[in-house]
Amino acid sequence: MSKELFGLAAEFNSPEDIIAAAKKASSAGYKKMDAYVPFPIEDLPNALGQKETRLGWVVLGMAIIGALTGFFMQYYANTHYYPLNAGGKPMNSWPNFVIITFEFTILFSAFTSGLFMLGRNGLPRPYHPIFNMEKSGNITNDKFVLCIEAKDQKFNLNKTKDFLASLNPNYVEEVEL
Amino acid sequence: MAKFQETTRVIVPGQTYAGIDDIVAEPLERDLFKTPRWWWISLSIALPIAGLWLFSVIWLITHGIGIFGNNQPVAWAYPIVNFVWWIGIGHAGTLISAVLLLFRQQWRTSINRAAEAMTLFAVVNAGLYPILHLGRPWVFYWLAPYPNTQGLWPQFRSPLDWDLFAIGTYASVSALFWYIGLIPDFASLRDRAKNSFMKWFYAILSLGWSGSAKAWQRYGRAYLILGAVSFPLVLSVHSTIALDFAVSQLPGWNNTILPPYFVAGAVFAGFAFVLILMIPLRKVYGLKHVITMNHLENSAKMMLATGMIVLYGYALELFMGWYSGVEFERYTYWSRVFGDHGWAFWLLIFFNGLMIQPLWFKSVRTNTKWLFFIAVMVSIGMWLERFVIVIVSLTTDFMPSSWGDFHATFWDRSLYFGTFGVFFTLWLLFIRLFPAIASSEMKELVHHDNSHGHSEVHS
Repeated sequence: MSKELFGLAAEFNSPEDIIAAAKKASSAGYKKMDAYVPFPIEDLPNALGQKETRLGWVVLGMAIIGALTGFFMQYYANTHYYPLNAGGKPMNSWPNFVIITFEFTILFSAFTSGLFMLGRNGLPRPYHPIFNMEKSGNITNDKFVLCIEAKDQKFNLNKTKDFLASLNPNYVEEVEL
Repeated sequence: MAKFQETTRVIVPGQTYAGIDDIVAEPLERDLFKTPRWWWISLSIALPIAGLWLFSVIWLITHGIGIFGNNQPVAWAYPIVNFVWWIGIGHAGTLISAVLLLFRQQWRTSINRAAEAMTLFAVVNAGLYPILHLGRPWVFYWLAPYPNTQGLWPQFRSPLDWDLFAIGTYASVSALFWYIGLIPDFASLRDRAKNSFMKWFYAILSLGWSGSAKAWQRYGRAYLILGAVSFPLVLSVHSTIALDFAVSQLPGWNNTILPPYFVAGAVFAGFAFVLILMIPLRKVYGLKHVITMNHLENSAKMMLATGMIVLYGYALELFMGWYSGVEFERYTYWSRVFGDHGWAFWLLIFFNGLMIQPLWFKSVRTNTKWLFFIAVMVSIGMWLERFVIVIVSLTTDFMPSSWGDFHATFWDRSLYFGTFGVFFTLWLLFIRLFPAIASSEMKELVHHDNSHGHSEVHS
């Protein structure tokens, strides 16, 4: 049985090299590709043609939901479900509700940003095809890998291999799925 | 390991990406039996103390709150003093990781991980105190809104319930922030691991992090948002704790300056504790080229600045007591300074006011022995501050007929002493099993250093 191909990976030595390679691959028309790097590199998503993440908007939405939940939980409990006169204060004594409302806002936004990020990144996920690279361990250490996936429309095993080799990488490797 | 000279730059120049990994991972990758002797010795001291803590907790639960010195009128005694003390320490960790992240202070990078761990372990101790202080700790969940057969809700108007939400949010968000930061470093340790147990251990913790550029983009945004929400969170938590006092009518507590000055005090105590932990850590792990003199000096500056704010708070409290014209307020502050417990106030001024003044001099700020000594003094001073606010205020409130006194018991002291055992046990396990330095962030710093020339970092 022939093994299925995930893509072709090329390894580089520095952030500058991988940005240059990513730019060339983008302008050559490759779309289904990603870079695997040991630390965040500011210009890299741009060079790969990746869109800006929408995480911030999701978090903003959840923050508003959190604030409303926090406030109306207290409002409902104090005015409808169990009205209790404490010190002659009005039932909807909203200044007293500010802190819990605030903490709910923070709680919702923090956990949304953390968990949404993990979810969109497909984590937890013990397996990723890039781990099939012979030296995949170097990615988290000090190497920078560009991988053009076989799913890409322009992907052609020999041509893409030649293209990657022309970018002057350390080596080009076929990565199984 | 080679000796590096002391430097005031963020990191010593000439670091490589792989070199950072080696530095960070070396202490974790050692064989169990090659763990340095100081680690075993420290653990063998910390563990019995943690045992004393556990024993005190069991004794408390089986015998009731009466084993403490708490009485009427001093119903809030050691447990609340220690609770505020520990949570204040925690705040510097969040401040370093969140606030300095937002202000793009690069010097945070070497110490944020360890400082966040300090936060978590301090919050463990702090968070348990109010629960243990409840009298019936096993029903602490009554503070939370949950569906129950009695059809009851907690009293949302009470600052004590605000506490639950503030501390609960703080503890869980701090843990999340810390863990999210650790994921890429766990992946790096997974890929370096030599034996199968370590590979398995770090693979599980890393959640399968692949390091893809898209993942990093989302990760960076999520991390920034976590920092952005942690900043107001840390301010709100200690403000809420201050409101526990300020919302009451007790002279000495009912004071609008309490929230900001509690926050400053928390940061003050926290940076002192950061120094207490970092000075030995950088020495025993040979991290002097990563946690440089620059970090220590900046922490010292923070300590001096917040310390002066706290001093201003003391002065303003006394002034407002006099200026209020209220007899009870005036008497409370008079007795705070000249009364039976006046010694605590003057010691507090000595530790928190006088002892930090040498920090104006650079030669003191760059001397680790001095810094360590001053940090210990400040920690004692901040404990005394809470003692003065909580206990001394309670002993003499309104009617002389209801005045009282407070004497700590053995269990008051053993529980407090035990919290150090809990803290340091967790701390020692942390520095042995988890990367104490954020290696992926350090690599980013190395990249910056390489590509933007070797300019001094402004801080």
